[in-house]
Amino acid sequence: MAVDTTGQSVAKAAGDHVARGRSRGTGKSRGAAKRSLSTHWYAWAMVAPVTVVIAVIIGYPLVRGIYLSLTDANERNVARSIGVNQIPATYEFVGLDNYTDALTGSQFLGTLGWTIVWTVSCVALTFALGLGLANILNRRIAGRSAYRLLLILPWAVPGFVSVFAWRFLYNQDNGLLNKVLAGGGIDAVPWLNDPTWAKLSVIATNVWLGVPFMMVALLGGLQSIPGELYEAAEMDGANPWQRFRHITMPGLRSVSTTVILLSTIWTFNMFPVIFLLTRGGPGEATQILVTQAYKFSFEVSPRDFAQSSTWGVLILVLLMVFAAFYQRVLRKQGEVW
Amino acid sequence: MRRGIAATALVAALGVTLAACGGSDSGSSGSKGSGELSGTVTWWDTSTVGSEDKVFKKVAEDFTKAHPKVTVKYVNVPFGEAQNKFKNAAQSGSGAPDVIRSEVAWTPEFADLGYLAPLDGTAALKNQDDFLKQAAASTKYKGKTYAVPQVIDSMGIFYNKKIFKEAGVQVPKTVDELKAVSAKIKQKTGKTGLYLRGDDAYWFLSFLYGEGGDLVDAPNKKVTIDSPAGVKAFKVVKDLVDSGAAKTDATDGWNNMQTAFKEGKVAMMINGPWAVADTYAGKEFADKANLGIAPVPAGSAGQGAPQGGHNLAVYAGSKNLDASYAFAEYMTSAETQAKISKELSLLPTRESVYLKSDVALNEQIAFFKPVVDKAVERPWIPETGSLFAPLVTEYTKVLTGQTTPEKGAKTVGDGYRKLLKDWK
Repeated sequence: MAVDTTGQSVAKAAGDHVARGRSRGTGKSRGAAKRSLSTHWYAWAMVAPVTVVIAVIIGYPLVRGIYLSLTDANERNVARSIGVNQIPATYEFVGLDNYTDALTGSQFLGTLGWTIVWTVSCVALTFALGLGLANILNRRIAGRSAYRLLLILPWAVPGFVSVFAWRFLYNQDNGLLNKVLAGGGIDAVPWLNDPTWAKLSVIATNVWLGVPFMMVALLGGLQSIPGELYEAAEMDGANPWQRFRHITMPGLRSVSTTVILLSTIWTFNMFPVIFLLTRGGPGEATQILVTQAYKFSFEVSPRDFAQSSTWGVLILVLLMVFAAFYQRVLRKQGEVW
Repeated sequence: MRRGIAATALVAALGVTLAACGGSDSGSSGSKGSGELSGTVTWWDTSTVGSEDKVFKKVAEDFTKAHPKVTVKYVNVPFGEAQNKFKNAAQSGSGAPDVIRSEVAWTPEFADLGYLAPLDGTAALKNQDDFLKQAAASTKYKGKTYAVPQVIDSMGIFYNKKIFKEAGVQVPKTVDELKAVSAKIKQKTGKTGLYLRGDDAYWFLSFLYGEGGDLVDAPNKKVTIDSPAGVKAFKVVKDLVDSGAAKTDATDGWNNMQTAFKEGKVAMMINGPWAVADTYAGKEFADKANLGIAPVPAGSAGQGAPQGGHNLAVYAGSKNLDASYAFAEYMTSAETQAKISKELSLLPTRESVYLKSDVALNEQIAFFKPVVDKAVERPWIPETGSLFAPLVTEYTKVLTGQTTPEKGAKTVGDGYRKLLKDWK
């Protein structure tokens, strides 16, 4: 709420200023800019460093990436100077060729298909599990804080450590999971060596990593729902499912829309889990768009900077389209974020 | 009197100059006029961690005995990452080592990209005629020498003599025998016959050569991986895995292979001299005599293992070129090679080292020397280092049943034709 008020007041102030400027009838925007600078110079000076830093660390790479995606730049033809060897750049502008290749070839579309399956299943599972656990932990059960602590643990451990731990668990011959299965008389499962099992394994790991965030966020949402609503519903004879459906879900809507959007973007670009667990393998079975873009830029040889940038730009466009679409759907439902 | 003053002044001036030289050993400057080397030499080693790296580190740091003003900074970079890491660092111009242990196939590629300093006429190359011809072949690119051969190797079958005795089998000489032997081992001992790495296509090469295939035919500028022989080789390895004669992994292949073999869970593996020291560390090989080594099995068209090995190359952007040249020379000198061979059973690249008694008497070296002499050389073109990435993806796909040998071979061939412009 506080944010809304500030936003309004800023908008109003800005509106006033513009109106005043026009009413004076100078008609020269230059004069307005000058005056704006003279009255707000302090604000501009304060904002300037941030603007410069953002331009340098976000704007420049972005523009450079878009430019490279329109060329045929690779490791052999970019400029480099190593000691006495000065090698000038010889790459050329090729227009939209890279985009045509990516969108008409089977590799991009195939990888995109699996990326979508991966994102949807990970987000759906983490959300469902997170919601379930948050509901349990929201009750007054014995040892609640201990449970909360344990359930938040996967989030507290650095991501790469968890992923390496999972890699040991999944090891076909020496991993804990197969040893447990062997105890039950079940044959060893080729967790990371079979394409289908590998896909299930990476999803399981990512869900394990993602649940704590969902749980904490939804638990916060649950605690902001007034208890009186439940009491009143109970008085009216609503059963638990009806209470969940008509009080909990609407009460959680603003939290859940935000976490689903965030989680979708994160999972879509979840580099470490795939890269550290399977490196996109076996073969290319678990390769998602970002790991493939990384592969173009750092693993194949000669490194294909153009192709990698093309995929990067396409990933950005896809996520922007998704966010815009999602926002529109929410707006129709009367939500603002 | 006057002359005396002049002489004193001269001496004083010289003293100042020398002091200035001596004081500048901060790492940014190499040797100065005085001829003594100074500064820091960073060396990226890629040898096996846990066994080889300790020996190499010690030997490298001993360089300072001869050159007390040089600091050697030893860094072990895992072999699988070194190629990319070096390319990243070399291109950006920061963080690259002065000297890198470059796999033979990487050397022409690094040289082509302009990352390596030419070594002809520098202190790095001494007694060049002493180097084995095959070892020196990979160091030349466009008429210049870009590296010094450090070790040479090839591959053979490592087998567990105890398991073989238990199962009552002989070492297989062909792929067909390999299947029969594995079946018998499984039946008698319940163990798997062969471990075949599924995450590294280098382990596929001896099967490819065995069927008469190769990656490319460089003299004729032809891609040969998708020839009938190449397809057959893919079928052979797939059959080994499908029939249960061999087990494989698509991730962590090296560790899984070494663990399985060292613990006696598999009877055979295909490997090279670089694995000897690590294998002896396993409990199954506490008695070193239990390890047997034999030539790789022959295919339907012949028998062959790839020639591998490592060179020492100097980064063109090194701020300390003279010390780096001297370091490369020291690490590949006959004395150093003899020391390394004695401790790690690695094969030296100098003819003269093989004549030394403790090298000549080393069983592993005695075995691998004739194998290396016959080993299949890879084409030393700049793209050699690029040929494995497309191959390993399809190789794993074939082994895990995601594609057929025919389709896999064709995909790799198409990838090569894109990489090697104007090749057939």
